[in-house]
Amino acid sequence: MTENDILSDLTIILRDLLGDDSIMLAMDTQREHVPNWDSFNYINFMVAVEQKFRVKFKVSDIETFPNVGAIVRQIAALRPGA
Amino acid sequence: MNWLPVIQRFREELRAADAASDAQRRLQLLSLLAAHRLGLVETLQLDRALFKSAGLDIDGFARVRVAVVGSATLDHLAPAIRVAALRHRLLLDVHTGGYGQYRQEILDAGSPLYAFTPQVVVLAVTANDAMGDVPVTATEAEVSAALTHAVDEMRALWRTLRDRLKVTVIQQTLLDRSLPVFGSYDRSVAGTPSHMIRRLNDLLADAARSDGVLLLDIEQHKQRDGIDAWFDVRRWLQAKQEIRPEAAALYGELLVRIIAAQRGMSRKCLVLDLDNTLWGGVIGDDGIDGIILGEGSAQGEAHLALQRYARQLMDRGILLAVCSKNDPAIAEAAFRDHPEMLLRRADFAAFVANWHDKAANLEAIAAQLNIGIDSLVFVDDNPIERARVREALPMVAVPELPDDPAEYATTLAAAGYFEAVSFTSEDRARVELYAKESQRTALLSESKSVADFLRGLDMTVEYGQFGSNDLVRVTQLVNKTNQFNTTTRRYAAEEIAAAASTSAYITLQFRLRDRFGDNGLVSTIIFGPNDEPATYELENWVMSCRVFGRELEFEAMNIAVETALRRNARGFFADYIPTKKNVVIKDLFTSLGFDRVSGGTVTDQPSRWFLDLSRYVPRQTSIARRGAA
Repeated sequence: MTENDILSDLTIILRDLLGDDSIMLAMDTQREHVPNWDSFNYINFMVAVEQKFRVKFKVSDIETFPNVGAIVRQIAALRPGA
Repeated sequence: MNWLPVIQRFREELRAADAASDAQRRLQLLSLLAAHRLGLVETLQLDRALFKSAGLDIDGFARVRVAVVGSATLDHLAPAIRVAALRHRLLLDVHTGGYGQYRQEILDAGSPLYAFTPQVVVLAVTANDAMGDVPVTATEAEVSAALTHAVDEMRALWRTLRDRLKVTVIQQTLLDRSLPVFGSYDRSVAGTPSHMIRRLNDLLADAARSDGVLLLDIEQHKQRDGIDAWFDVRRWLQAKQEIRPEAAALYGELLVRIIAAQRGMSRKCLVLDLDNTLWGGVIGDDGIDGIILGEGSAQGEAHLALQRYARQLMDRGILLAVCSKNDPAIAEAAFRDHPEMLLRRADFAAFVANWHDKAANLEAIAAQLNIGIDSLVFVDDNPIERARVREALPMVAVPELPDDPAEYATTLAAAGYFEAVSFTSEDRARVELYAKESQRTALLSESKSVADFLRGLDMTVEYGQFGSNDLVRVTQLVNKTNQFNTTTRRYAAEEIAAAASTSAYITLQFRLRDRFGDNGLVSTIIFGPNDEPATYELENWVMSCRVFGRELEFEAMNIAVETALRRNARGFFADYIPTKKNVVIKDLFTSLGFDRVSGGTVTDQPSRWFLDLSRYVPRQTSIARRGAA
């Protein structure tokens, strides 16, 4: 699974979560760039991502992801066989 | 939630439902989607679609205003609660309290909680918050004092809520997510958190029972599912969520079951398939000696476990029925002759074995038992039969069964179709009542006329105003009766109690005995004040379908008129509000001598009626009386 595959899966999850099909995530997207991606939806997003990729983030990860790229790289690192 | 079927094309189905132009159709389609196993994101998507129906009154979906207040973060539970409600054909307006704010919100009459005017308030309190800080070195006396204080505080909050609102209070049990301090020895030390939480939950349960507060027992579920299924410490640290988002769907389901049960919407009858469900194998092919059932075989014991669970449900008043594609003689013989069979033929209130379509048979079973089709649960191992029944009769609950019969009983139990908020002597006696009913039916077939039959029953009605001992049964009867129900108005237990103790009201309850036994408390009437001088408003009149056709409605009205005349009343006003289920009484008021005031000229239109008491002609019945009101 490439970083691009992960990125496009994250885009789908966030679109479903926020009901907004215009969302297009890039590696440098930050949470403030996406309308309605508030802290409430951020937790839901993280839970959905953990379920989808069968990974478990540390509390410190979630606090400090600077952008979507950091999430993508962390998923790639945590996935079995990575 | 593995009793719900999985859904393949959720996005497409949601889009199709969302696009339906008719509001009622749209909600029905969304409700069907909610009856599937949904993930976190799907639940949020469905909830968003539901938002378009906010504020609409839609036939078949009762609205309830529910507030959840507590000490942890609760916002994330609201979507799952609304979606669970949709599954149960309820539309919930959900208010969630602020983090750690429940005491202020309940005590301050000007808080958003009261502005919301909830009908149900849930107290979702964490164990730490309820108990306060008690050191592990505390003595038994100190621990007892702390627990008593905690219970008293909670009771005071319940009382404040109920003094200010006509509201059902639901107390959530404390989730024990404490860490062991000593290990197995924790149980032997009064001040350990796990020991204290267990005791406090028991004390809260006792207090709730005596105060008429309902329990949402998440701790019971946690003990079965494990703490990790309910609590994720990362979510607590990040957002102070005590219920992890993955568990929100189950939380919502458990809460809504209670709310639905209180409104009489729990299921009443368990319909069972036979081959490969109640036993292993096909009796028509394998013969009575060839089926797999009973001790000595693991699979045989699994089927027996399902029979045992069905038997437990029967003992608490759930009706059992058979719906099987089988030769009826062979099927009945299995219950008579198989030595390991736990259930007997007489345990089934209805027994349908034939080669017809199962959906049609289920309709026949509901008609025979005089209950709604939406009271049925249908258990069948065959996925094709399940799919067929879900398609034809979406109001029947059809649990998805795992491949292994070992899990049939546990899956049925987990689905919680028979949730109850009370357990009355009528429930205990119901199975016997249905057996007596078949004796009465036999008498009817021997009698020359209906009048002969009624005389032969030696009926006596015992009546009176609602007494304090009747309130649980009255509330249950009023809220679960759908056929003989003039207004289908639902009442909280507190409202029933208030009506019973207010002099402007006349409340009447009727028990009917006959030579076969006591039918129990079978009818209630609530008369409230009316603006017209010297008249009463017939707010609600219900009668159990068990006693239809006994002329009890005539004797009840005779009694009601006499009672009102003694209070110098001159008339009764009454509404008949038609629903899908109460057509059986569409001519009730005409037959009692009421005059139509307005309405009812078009099908399904509510009508208003008036009875001039001075012109009332009492009807002769075959029912003797005992009582006073």
